[in-house]
Amino acid sequence: MNLIPLIPALPLFSAILLIVSAGRLPRNLVAILGAGSVGLSALCVASVAIGFLANEQIIQITLWTWMAVDNFTPGIAFYIDGLTIVMMSVITGVGFLIHLYSLEFMNEDESYSRYFAYMNLFVAAMLILVMADNLLLLYLGWEGVGVCSYLLVGFWYQDSDNGKAARKAFVVTRVGDTAMALGLFLLFTELGTLHIQSMMEAANAQWSVGDTLPLVATALLLGGAVGKSAQLPLHTWLPDAMAGPTPVSALIHAATMVTAGVYLIARTHELFLLAPATLEAVAWVGLFTLLLAAFTALAQNDIKRILAYSTISQIGYMFLALGVGAFSASVFHLMTHAFFKALLFLAAGAVIHCLHHEHNIFRMGGLRTRIPVVFWSFMIGSAALAALPFTSGFYSKDAILLSAWQQPGIGPWLWAGGLLGALLTAIYSFRLVFIVFFGEANTEPDKQPGWKMSIPLVILCAASVVGGWFVLPLSDVFPQADHSGVNHTVEYVSIATPVLGLLLAYLLFLGRQLDITAITESNLGKAVQKFCFNGWQIDGLYHNLLVRPFKGLAHWWRNEPIDYIYNAIIALSQWSHRGLSALQTGELRWYATTMVFGLVLLTVVMLRNAS
Amino acid sequence: MGGLTVPLEHVLVLAALLFSFGLLGLMLRRNIIFMLMSLEVMLNAAALAFVAAGANWAQPDGQIVFLIILSVAAAEVAVGLGLVLQIQRRFKTLDMDTANRLRG
Amino acid sequence: MSLSVLLMILLLGGIAAWASERINADLPRWTSIATICIAILYLLATINNLGIENLKAIPDPANSSSWLIHEKTQWIPRFGIAFELAMDGLSLLLVTLTLFLGLVAVASSWVEIQFKTGFFQANILWTLAGVTGVFLALDLFLFFLFWEVMLIPMYLLIAIWGHEKKAYAAMKFFIFTQVSGLLMLLSIMVLVWQGNLANGVYSFSYFDLLSLQLDGKLGFFLMLGFFAAFTVKLPAFPVHTWLPDAHTQAPTAGSVLLAGILLKTGAYGLLRFAIPLFPEASMKFAPIAMGLGAAGVIYGAILAFAQSDFKRLVAYSSVSHMGFVLLGLYAWNSLALQGAVMQMIAHGVSTAALFMLAGALQHRLHTRDMHQMGGLWYNMPRMGACAMFFAIASLGLPGLGNFVAEFLILAGLFAVNPWITAIAALGLITAAIYSLWMMQLTFQGEPDKDRELQDFGFREMGTMAGLVVALIWLGLYPQPVLDLAQPVLDGLQTFIGTGSGFAGAGQ
Repeated sequence: MNLIPLIPALPLFSAILLIVSAGRLPRNLVAILGAGSVGLSALCVASVAIGFLANEQIIQITLWTWMAVDNFTPGIAFYIDGLTIVMMSVITGVGFLIHLYSLEFMNEDESYSRYFAYMNLFVAAMLILVMADNLLLLYLGWEGVGVCSYLLVGFWYQDSDNGKAARKAFVVTRVGDTAMALGLFLLFTELGTLHIQSMMEAANAQWSVGDTLPLVATALLLGGAVGKSAQLPLHTWLPDAMAGPTPVSALIHAATMVTAGVYLIARTHELFLLAPATLEAVAWVGLFTLLLAAFTALAQNDIKRILAYSTISQIGYMFLALGVGAFSASVFHLMTHAFFKALLFLAAGAVIHCLHHEHNIFRMGGLRTRIPVVFWSFMIGSAALAALPFTSGFYSKDAILLSAWQQPGIGPWLWAGGLLGALLTAIYSFRLVFIVFFGEANTEPDKQPGWKMSIPLVILCAASVVGGWFVLPLSDVFPQADHSGVNHTVEYVSIATPVLGLLLAYLLFLGRQLDITAITESNLGKAVQKFCFNGWQIDGLYHNLLVRPFKGLAHWWRNEPIDYIYNAIIALSQWSHRGLSALQTGELRWYATTMVFGLVLLTVVMLRNAS
Repeated sequence: MGGLTVPLEHVLVLAALLFSFGLLGLMLRRNIIFMLMSLEVMLNAAALAFVAAGANWAQPDGQIVFLIILSVAAAEVAVGLGLVLQIQRRFKTLDMDTANRLRG
Repeated sequence: MSLSVLLMILLLGGIAAWASERINADLPRWTSIATICIAILYLLATINNLGIENLKAIPDPANSSSWLIHEKTQWIPRFGIAFELAMDGLSLLLVTLTLFLGLVAVASSWVEIQFKTGFFQANILWTLAGVTGVFLALDLFLFFLFWEVMLIPMYLLIAIWGHEKKAYAAMKFFIFTQVSGLLMLLSIMVLVWQGNLANGVYSFSYFDLLSLQLDGKLGFFLMLGFFAAFTVKLPAFPVHTWLPDAHTQAPTAGSVLLAGILLKTGAYGLLRFAIPLFPEASMKFAPIAMGLGAAGVIYGAILAFAQSDFKRLVAYSSVSHMGFVLLGLYAWNSLALQGAVMQMIAHGVSTAALFMLAGALQHRLHTRDMHQMGGLWYNMPRMGACAMFFAIASLGLPGLGNFVAEFLILAGLFAVNPWITAIAALGLITAAIYSLWMMQLTFQGEPDKDRELQDFGFREMGTMAGLVVALIWLGLYPQPVLDLAQPVLDGLQTFIGTGSGFAGAGQ
């Protein structure tokens, strides 16, 4: 029996059932449907993956032709290779754990069934995104996850701020999506197909490295990737998207959806290889984003916003890796990041859950002994995030940094930037740990996480540690990296930096041996902090540059300026109507007089013409 | 053959003068009765011109048209006076400038 | 099987509905439903008789015998006027849409209209008859007749059962369509006169006039006459301003019919008459038409965002969506044309649903001002879910009908003019902005928990479910629709390709 169509279909059907039942199902059944469908889907993925690993055979399945117009025949069709297997495993595996966790986290919410409907729909859309064999179906999943993200960020709809964050998330990514759609049009017009594999073949046949068309096409695709993956300049939506329930942030805004951009570039990497300029741009976008987000994370005080900026920063690493052609390293980091960032978000969710929805880290503290499971989860997650040696994050980040070093020309710059980012990562992640879990307790937890929340944490802890030893079946998909020629000093520096960061964080935030209050309390220091806290004022910039002009224009035009033309016609006819009706006085003598003058006039004219 | 003892031009000038007086009366008087009378004058001026022309060229057509005008004038007076009575009843006046209910 | 029977069913049904009010005030609705069902059954029987292979054959538009159904009865032979009806895949699609939305319109007026129900239902059915006539008539005189006939019941629907500014809106609607219609009449007259000069006989028949292929200045001006009539109806920027007023003031059923099908007559007219009759002039005019389309897409979206009246917002979103149709038609290649046809149908369904929602909201809250709504999801979750679905459909989520349409249009257009495509693609962003803003103002935000509101009931959910299923079907498996339209579009393209070549448009 072919299990592949079931993988996205199970969560999809569950979502449809939950939507159609409109909240009338009992909670237990909702739980079974919601988490069970994803679990079953994960089992299907596991069985498909085992089969795949056995013979490494690419699987292609066409369910039906979506639409056929002329030579445009995208199908509802799946393409399963190593990359897809990795992505599917991450989505369903991490997804199932997060669903399990949600059962407890959302237990008291009145819209329990709506929550799981959206979550299942998301998983289905995300699976379609990674399984699609053509860019149009990928785009379906792409927009589908965007809509689910919108729905889930704005899940608690009664607060207008959540709605605003949800709208922002959707509209900002839509800007990127539109660029991507234009890229699709260009690719179809030039290459005559959107089927990914044949498209890349055609591209290799038609274009040579450095041509303009692949440059434009990949730049447009990059626009989509940048929007979805919250990279500069379209990253502003992600921190606000934390308005949604925390498991949503873990699933969508850390583990899966935000990495879709990375997946897109990895999937179409042969196109990008034809456009070295775009690829270099990808690297720079990644580098700048990872630095900007790391600095910003350092200044935040909302536990989820710190993690959000950290996510942006880590995806920056993935983009950096893509940009230097280390696609395997990028996907590897994608996977390990999914583990440890989901872990961190779930742990943060547990903290928030146990502290009656407290988000501010300065009102936490001393939680180490009070919720130990969460503490250890956070420790392991942060270690992996900071890429301390022997955690999963270490292996993936190390591979990225080495590949960056090897890049001819700009390599050392990228490497140095990445290293600085790694240092900052270690500082901000352990700042978080030290402030939240050590020191004095400011708020007492009123409950402990139950088994449904603890088990996912434990499993993700394990994955965050051992994830680095997984061997991904990507050798057939991407060109292989070779780090043998790298200077050992470079490696040692890469290893030492996170440790240094941990040390600095300890000195700054726990041991307090380093006192920098003089700097932070100075005017300049405060200004820098505020600047970082506000995400380098990019939001404000967009607000003044785009949002306000648009709103102003809409407000100015709201009463239909075109109607002024038609109103002028109306005014003209009314004016002539008044003029003409003034002639009709109702006085007989006036009529007689005008008749006479008219006759005289006519006579004169006729006589003149006659003569 | 009689022809005309007075020159045709004189008669025509007389007719034109009569017509003009009638027209002036129509345009300047406000009383409907006077307006009707002015109309009669104008009709008669035209009739005079016809008769004179018929006499001048010794044709009967002038008299025939005169007869027609006579009957038209009679009919017109009949209808006109009927209207006058109605106007008098409705508006309690014969001043046509106040009876301007058709003003636009 | 005869197409005139279809028209007669609707016309007589209208009279029956009117008359049945004397018996019982509830009866007209049932009469309407029954009439439309009979019409649908009759249509289905007709299709069934045709056979699949006929539907797939590519017709030559200039050859009446290659159409699916063609019937012609002499009417005023002296001037070459005949009662000539014909159907191909395109008309079939649009007539089906008309009848389907007719049901929706009747359902949406079920409780809203309590005043003169009989005459109301009669007007709905006569509008349907008029529109069906427009989609079927191939004698230009008859076409013009139906074109005008469908206005009158629509005018009455707005003028009698409309809201606070109904007189103004109805008059504006009537004058816009009438003036532009007269321009078309003028064009038809001159065209027929030219036909007489060329062939020596007067004929209003589409098939005779199609062979004229007027070009030069005269052709251009005649094309403009047709273009004016059709773009006013579409409506295209900048002759769209009647639409927001008409939509806002019309009763729900009126809005549903207006947005769902009356607008489509404009697009149909362009595709059936304006372009094939004057290919060369249309080709010259295409850049301007596409510019108007793109302007409409953006302008409509910005103004939709600026509105606080729910119905006005939806009306402006129609302007935006129909801009895509104009783009698709004048890009004139298979993808774009298919997209335009899809857009006609998908937009008909999604906008009809949104207007139904608007009507339901107004019925419950007695206001259309969105600033007085907010948090309604709390009070009416089922209605909120429906609104969310259609808002998302209208912003073009893949997997729903509107996306297929917009994607095909833009993909086709890209081959013709990438820059206009880029501008029109901005409409995808603005559509997201206004759709989500609408959801925020109405269903999201802080609820008024004391508000006692009745959620959608069985009848309303049933109608909504039909529309939802239709949109998903159009979005995931649009092939039946595409297959129906494809031969017609192929035929048109071949015809014009041999005539003068819509050369710039590419294949």
